Amino acid sequence: MKKVPIEFKLNGVKRRFEAAPNDTLLEMLRDRLGIKSPKTGCDRGDCGTCTVLLDGRTVRACLVLAPEADGCEIETLENISKKPSPLQKEFSKRNSFQCGFCAPGVVLSATELLRKHKKPTRPEIQEAIAGNLCRCTGYSPIIEAIEAASKK
Amino acid sequence: MPITCEFEYLKPKTLPEALGLLARHGRKAAVLAGGTDLLVWMKEGLREPEAVVDVKGLKELRKLEMKGSALHVGAAVTFTQLLESKLVREKLPLLWECARTVASCGVRNRATLAGNLCSAVPSLDGGPAVLAYDAVVLVQGAKGRREVSAADWFVGPKRTALKDGELVLGVRFPLPKRRHASCYLKLGRYRGEDLAQVGLGVLALADDSYRLAFCAVGPVPARAKRIEAALKGHKVTDELLWKVQELVAQEISPITDIRSSKEYRLHMAKVMVERGLKAAAARLAGEGPALGEEIL
Repeated sequence: MKKVPIEFKLNGVKRRFEAAPNDTLLEMLRDRLGIKSPKTGCDRGDCGTCTVLLDGRTVRACLVLAPEADGCEIETLENISKKPSPLQKEFSKRNSFQCGFCAPGVVLSATELLRKHKKPTRPEIQEAIAGNLCRCTGYSPIIEAIEAASKK
Repeated sequence: MPITCEFEYLKPKTLPEALGLLARHGRKAAVLAGGTDLLVWMKEGLREPEAVVDVKGLKELRKLEMKGSALHVGAAVTFTQLLESKLVREKLPLLWECARTVASCGVRNRATLAGNLCSAVPSLDGGPAVLAYDAVVLVQGAKGRREVSAADWFVGPKRTALKDGELVLGVRFPLPKRRHASCYLKLGRYRGEDLAQVGLGVLALADDSYRLAFCAVGPVPARAKRIEAALKGHKVTDELLWKVQELVAQEISPITDIRSSKEYRLHMAKVMVERGLKAAAARLAGEGPALGEEIL
């Protein structure tokens, strides 16, 4: 299979890569580039645990082909966590997550929301994370943390 | 689940180049826009293309603009772009409300209306909007352009009027000539990103005519013509609603599947006809629930 030469910015650093056409962005990040924060969950776009920011928008990395990343800017939790954001501090303070598997995706979805809306309403918060399934918490401590961060 | 089929990834820069690729690979080509359906189908082995043609580089497909008295939605326009467009919200509120219910934010950031129409699964949220607005799908093949009305677009589950080698350029929504208001109701197992158990789009026009279109309760999304005829020229009253609810069973052919039983779908379709008509009529009168508010 003919590999596709691509260039993109990953967490602020320019990268070049020869992508296999049938690799997903998730496989490229996790298996080829060692970026482990996006997780493989349902692998079909339902659970949101593979969420990354592509040109500032959350996407399902499991539903993007690696070559589609050409010319794009990719941001993952690794970048945001270099200096924990006020949002992450609120999550931590409240112990918002238990197993933590969904956390990278939730943090990125909430980050996208707070970059767009400084003061989101509760329904807007719920909608923003509706595609990130959490099987531990019942969502309340997650929603409360996002609300608290938006008030800072 | 990895994608096991092997294919060439192609990203044409111009429309003629894209059409050339589609003509060359025929039914072995898969058009990639948002990819949120295509990648799932490739993972499941339902699609095994030899060439994946990414059309996001074509500038003709990225337009979202008024053309005369119609709104043109390019084939690469995402649901998020529709939601963020003031034009869509003001001129085509039903499309806006439909877009809002598609999957989740992370999917809407990639998924396109044109892709939704090409996937043509029976529960597609884009279906009621294109049918109620009498939208037209703009298609181009090697031999030229043609237009397919929304009513003729859906041929069967996952089957459309699109032929091998053809590409959807966009969707044209003629704006209703009269003042109008609308409502999209989507019944899911829970609020959030579920597929529709029943979807209903209602468009109420200032001359007391109405357009209703269902999805997820038949092999293809469809207008409810008998109900529309019974409503025509009348204000929405309780008596009239009881009458048209009796017609719902003739309009839809729901099945029992993993998401719902056919009996529940039929029952809720009647409830939704009532609530949808009331909400759309109230909005037309300048009252009623705000756009996007939960009605079910």
